[in-house]
Amino acid sequence: MKLKLAGLVAGAIMAAAPAMADLIVPNLSYRTGPYGANGTQYADGFNDYFTLLNERDGGIGGEIIQVPECETAYNTEKGVECYEATKAGALVFNPLSTGITYQLIPKVSIDRKVLYTPGYGRTSAKNGQVFEWVFNAPANYWDGASIAVKYLLDENGGSLEGKKIALVYHNSAYGKEPIRTLQELSEKHGFTLIEVPVEAPGQEQKSQWLQIRRDKPDYVLMWGWGVMNQVAIQEAANIRFPMENFIGIWWAGSELDVMPAGNGANGYKSLTFNGVGTDYPLYEELKTHVIDPGKASQGGQHVGSAVYSRGMYAAVVIAEAIRKAQELAGTSAITPEQLREGFENLDMTDARLTEIGLPDFGPAFTLDCANHGGNGMARVQQWDAAEKKWNLITEFTEPDAEVLDPLIAEDSEAYAAEAGIEPRTCD
Amino acid sequence: MFYREAGDFKTSYRDDGQTFPIKLDRWGYYAILAVAIFVVPFVINDYWASAILLPFLIYAIASIGLNILVGYAGQVSLGTGGFMAVGAYSVYKLMTSFPEVSVIIHILLAGVITALVGIAFGLPSLRIKGFYLAVATLAAQFFLVWLFNKVPWFYNYSASGQITSPQRTVLGWAVTGSAASPAAKYLICLAFVIFAAWVARNLTRGMIGRKWMAIRDMDIAAEIIGVNPLSAKLSAFGVSSFFVGIAGALLFAVYLGAAEVTEAFGINKSFLVLFMVIIGGLGSIFGSFAGAAFLVILPVFLKNLLVGGFGWPTDLAAHIELMIVGALIIFFLIVEPHGLARLWRLVKEKLRLWPFPH
Repeated sequence: MKLKLAGLVAGAIMAAAPAMADLIVPNLSYRTGPYGANGTQYADGFNDYFTLLNERDGGIGGEIIQVPECETAYNTEKGVECYEATKAGALVFNPLSTGITYQLIPKVSIDRKVLYTPGYGRTSAKNGQVFEWVFNAPANYWDGASIAVKYLLDENGGSLEGKKIALVYHNSAYGKEPIRTLQELSEKHGFTLIEVPVEAPGQEQKSQWLQIRRDKPDYVLMWGWGVMNQVAIQEAANIRFPMENFIGIWWAGSELDVMPAGNGANGYKSLTFNGVGTDYPLYEELKTHVIDPGKASQGGQHVGSAVYSRGMYAAVVIAEAIRKAQELAGTSAITPEQLREGFENLDMTDARLTEIGLPDFGPAFTLDCANHGGNGMARVQQWDAAEKKWNLITEFTEPDAEVLDPLIAEDSEAYAAEAGIEPRTCD
Repeated sequence: MFYREAGDFKTSYRDDGQTFPIKLDRWGYYAILAVAIFVVPFVINDYWASAILLPFLIYAIASIGLNILVGYAGQVSLGTGGFMAVGAYSVYKLMTSFPEVSVIIHILLAGVITALVGIAFGLPSLRIKGFYLAVATLAAQFFLVWLFNKVPWFYNYSASGQITSPQRTVLGWAVTGSAASPAAKYLICLAFVIFAAWVARNLTRGMIGRKWMAIRDMDIAAEIIGVNPLSAKLSAFGVSSFFVGIAGALLFAVYLGAAEVTEAFGINKSFLVLFMVIIGGLGSIFGSFAGAAFLVILPVFLKNLLVGGFGWPTDLAAHIELMIVGALIIFFLIVEPHGLARLWRLVKEKLRLWPFPH
């Protein structure tokens, strides 16, 4: 009995390692746990785009893309297990968790795998001289913070002097990321920053919003995820905080976040670096090749939602990088090293996005050896509660590089010193 | 028949009092140690180390620690996650402040610091008992996590509040940091497990362990026969926290490599280790290993069986896995409330009599 069980254990564990010749892009997803509602949509978008490429074009450059999924439940220990289980033959990881990203950053440089963290993860990974294997284009948290402040500057005729801005944040690595930038920006533009931490997962925010009611900030920025967003928007509606002065980061900008507050959420704004809705030509192809034949992940129930679109956007960028890598390497069966080259030579143009069938879906950006984060452009969207849809209200805006570049240099140098990395030279 | 003691004579009290008085047990123990030390490091790979063996060994240390407090001394604690965080942040501060000192000394010192913190939070146990003590240790859990999240000194003022373990070597082999080989990480954890189990076993069968058990069984009676509750309870908190601190230090420095206090050392961790102790068996060193194995290996096994073996969708598998683990916990607690250690003892009794059960 014992032996049999041991054999079964060994067999089952060995069976987990895939040994396939196709290109492997693991999807470290989370469909369970406190953030499962958001994670499910993201994973669906990610899967569906690769399914579309496989079904319509036979993969990329003739190579089928395998997307083995592994459930992390947003838990770092399970994230490590998933990484080890899927890394054999894998090209690139996208764990959708800042905590797991921090753990994988040192591991990927040893295992020589690409880590692509669009819009999350370690901001200073933008510095490709230190973080050789990590890419966080098209935008990172500091870009987001800067763009939000820039938007507020525009609204106030170029000055935020004497204004009060509160930051409601998830009290974790993710939520703390923008604080440094906002502190710098508050010095530069003369506004007062009020930091309001919310303990994970964020179901209990009465005291935080009481504090906001007392301090009466002019604007509230939010770095939230999962249930925290819903509660915050509901609480903001309860204290009658003007919704148009409430701006969330892109992770606080999904339908799930605003729906529970009903009409109370009308006018809520959030940043985004991808388009939402199904008004793009690509969705017709997706319908013919993926949804109608019943091949959509989870039956396609979330197609077109904000988080689904973001997952799809991540897949689009990875697919483009694979294409570029194949072109550079002259072979279709690329290695992670070649994919890294592909990322470093990636040129996402508006023309290319239109060709894919997603015109104006994301910002145009180029990456190179030193710049792994693109130009950091994002835009603002606003929720229309009556129509139940997000409307894009600004064009893609660039962040304030003057403030961000020194911060990124400082943080990445600190990491290099701590980890004993000699920054490579880029020419 | 298979498991017999006939002809196994003892000629001294020392022989009679040893940890494994039965020859077969002893050989089995030596065999397991030999395999663990001389065979496993040569066959281990990244997946086995990161997904199974490292968490198993580290949680075994944590549950040995908690077992001393809950199983031997009878003081319920829900602060394990917080104490593990103390170990992790101590080792982080020590590693980054004194890079020239060996990491083994840092891990031991992290255990000592955690022991002091544990004694401080054990003080209420002199006045309150049972559920009320559990609530007091729960306060320790929340306070410690809050502290490490709030005070930037503990995470060296990093922008995100994450701590990352730098690379450190033992005898020229990297044991922390991403360049460490799975065998090195495994061996360092194994060394601490053997040390912890050996110390715990010898403490619990000596005078100090008997004092703990006397306090557990009836504290007033213990006091009457001359056991000082102050020293007994505080030593239990101290020794327990020492092991829990070492486990926390290893969890962060060797296993995870980077940690964030709310996520890695939250209340869930306290419950997880407490469940390991309860399922494994209160007041048993073997039970600590059995409980850790049950709660670390079973979920991984189920996941690989359901997703890798049957090809189920990952979310369905994750939900079913939670249900199966939960159902098994209830099943074991109903069938054998004294845990897997007791189950193992019964099997041994049966094997000794087999094939003549009466």
